Amino acid sequence: MTPLTARTFRHGIHPEAHKEATEHLPVERMPFVARYVLPLSQHTGAPARPVVRAGERVARGQVVAEPGGFVSTTLHSPVTGRVSALAPRHHPNGRLVDAIEIEADPFASQEPPAGEPIDWRALSGDEFVAEVQRAGLVGMGGAAFPSHVKYKLPEGRRIEKLVVNGCECEPFLTADHRLMVERPGAILRGIEILAARLGAGEVVIGVELNKPDAIEALEAALAGCGGDAGGVPVRVAPLKVKYPQGAEKMLIEALFGVEVPTGKLPLDLGMVVNNVGTMAALADWFDRGLPLIERLVTVAGPGVARPANLLVPVGTPVRAVLDHCGGLDAEVREVVMGGPMMGTPLPSLDVPVLKGTSGLLAFTESATRLPTEYSCIRCGRCVEACPQYLNPSRLARLSRAGRFEEMEGWNALDCVECGSCSFACPSGIPIVQLIRVAKSALREQKQRQKAAAG
Amino acid sequence: MSARAPRLVVQSAPFLRQGVTTPALMRDVLIALVPVTAAAFWYFGVGALLVVAAATAGAAGAEWLLGPRREGGRRGASLADGSGWLTGVLLGLTLPPGLPLWMAFLGGVAGVGLGKLVWGGLGHNLFNPALVGRAFLQAAFPIAVTTWAPPGGPGMVLASNFAWPLMAAPAAPDAMTAATPLNLMKFGGEVTALADLVRGDVAGSAGETSALVIALAGLWLMARRAFDWRIPVAVVGSVAALAAAIHAMAPASYPTPWFMVCSGGLLFGAVFMATDPVTSPLAPRAVWLFGLGIGVLVVLIRLWGGLPEGVMYAILLMNAAGPLLERAAQPRAFGHTRSGA
Repeated sequence: MTPLTARTFRHGIHPEAHKEATEHLPVERMPFVARYVLPLSQHTGAPARPVVRAGERVARGQVVAEPGGFVSTTLHSPVTGRVSALAPRHHPNGRLVDAIEIEADPFASQEPPAGEPIDWRALSGDEFVAEVQRAGLVGMGGAAFPSHVKYKLPEGRRIEKLVVNGCECEPFLTADHRLMVERPGAILRGIEILAARLGAGEVVIGVELNKPDAIEALEAALAGCGGDAGGVPVRVAPLKVKYPQGAEKMLIEALFGVEVPTGKLPLDLGMVVNNVGTMAALADWFDRGLPLIERLVTVAGPGVARPANLLVPVGTPVRAVLDHCGGLDAEVREVVMGGPMMGTPLPSLDVPVLKGTSGLLAFTESATRLPTEYSCIRCGRCVEACPQYLNPSRLARLSRAGRFEEMEGWNALDCVECGSCSFACPSGIPIVQLIRVAKSALREQKQRQKAAAG
Repeated sequence: MSARAPRLVVQSAPFLRQGVTTPALMRDVLIALVPVTAAAFWYFGVGALLVVAAATAGAAGAEWLLGPRREGGRRGASLADGSGWLTGVLLGLTLPPGLPLWMAFLGGVAGVGLGKLVWGGLGHNLFNPALVGRAFLQAAFPIAVTTWAPPGGPGMVLASNFAWPLMAAPAAPDAMTAATPLNLMKFGGEVTALADLVRGDVAGSAGETSALVIALAGLWLMARRAFDWRIPVAVVGSVAALAAAIHAMAPASYPTPWFMVCSGGLLFGAVFMATDPVTSPLAPRAVWLFGLGIGVLVVLIRLWGGLPEGVMYAILLMNAAGPLLERAAQPRAFGHTRSGA
């Protein structure tokens, strides 16, 4: 390990990591429960279309919903059991959305689906993309963007670099960390498949220095296969610990010192960025026929009795997962899905774990009390924190005044909503929250204009 | 144990915050002012402390009387942010130690009232409130504000401190008035020894004389990241560079850069006044220009202006220019080209 050569991006913040409770805990399997809920929209894009009826028996790994469009993906049953309802259910975001509810068969063996390895070399480019969509893969870092969309390259576009994201810069979360320590082989296998399919010339795995055992495990696995993945050179790049390094644009800047131009994608620079979890899930599908029906979830936070890293079937109710971890402290006031910086606050525990759920964190009253708010004194800490080099202080002021259109001129739409500004503000101003309000108002306004024009 | 339904509240991410608060930032500056105030006491005695206390009482009183109310209607909601107290202490330290206390009090009221609250309170004012208070006093009582006493030790209290409002000050014995090093330089061509300037054993405003103590307090604040380090660096650097160039051209008629930096209110202004985050720009390039502008104005006023000292007006003028600089020197956003695209 060579910390001297470790790179990072400019600006950003250094929140306390809070990872010590779970970073050394091996992954456990979450036991099966009685009931699973699969919202049809648990990925970015169009909701999936159900292909089962209420009352129908389903096997673990069986397709229960087909993609509802190109930017959409497949849903599989996480258990063997019976479809008990096709009805609206609570989504973690608070809305009622159409969902498939499945009752587990208590007598089923719950064997994983017996899939044949798929000869991915024989597939055409479009067939490979379709295969990834059939696996139900989404970005495992939290955004849950359907993975196959990223692998569909426009005509004539080449991928030079495959960037694999092992930063896990959100405090408390250790799921990716444990995956890198426990299954480096699966990650490399996924890399081998994807690098070959995309024709990438180089693979870089970015890992922050606070995970030395993960770097070691990846290096060891890499040494075991000669330092490359199917002939493509792979390198593990240690990165200085900083938030939000796991954001796609920040990771690219940290690794290569280049900025993805505003409005462009990494693809435009010949790069694809994928989470380590997505790589392992890719390997599971092509080698074992295992679709995305379970994922690693870190359960932690001051209000959890027994913090853990769990392999949880998608659709498991949050309440069951927390019960499995010894239940919640009576003082808990906030349960967050995802990380503490960008996660979703849960309105109820009766919502399911989704494909994009990287963590379940329970915070007590003292941790979530709203800070006393003072006037902005223009101290500039938000400006120094913002990885997009925006002026969050001014954006917050404009948002408070309802001057949303003016905010566009201050590049409000470049905001990645990482929350670094709110974290850094000594006056306790909810800066990123104010910017989010403005962004969604601007988006709605654009849609209205479009509708009026067309 | 089961996860019983806890009373969940739904707030929006992020759920973590760093520990520093705005009152803590203000407190840091007040702590840094403790040694400066101690130096004022050492050289100018109890009288200097009384002036600081009177200015602070005026500032805090104005904050209480004219500032926003608490929930429920009680006065003094904004006293807790610490900025009103800080304005008072800063103002007191820039006043002559023999100033009548009622004037210092009035300066505090004007600083917070006209310098901050009429603009909408903390964070909304264009000009540094302490300097607005001082400029008010300079305009209202030009003689009293430029009557200096030589350092007299910790026991020093001047009769002039206790003058009644709007009455003529008790006539100060001639022995008790003195000229500041800048006065001596400007009107007498006399240069004060650098060692005296560094220690602070010269006539001047209560808290501005000891270059050493102010510099150390500034370094401590810089280490705590309490302000933008670029501001004092730009102010002191530009004054030193410009003064060095002018001194090199005519060493006989213009003072050395050391004298320029260590005399008058330059260091106090650079460390405690220009760095006020509310009234200085945010964008780094604008900050450099802001500091440079202050430095150039100080040198121009001191060497060729009608007044012996120009730090206050230099900072106030650049306060006014701040928003313009900010607009002109916005940093490039990530993924954009410099010209904006």
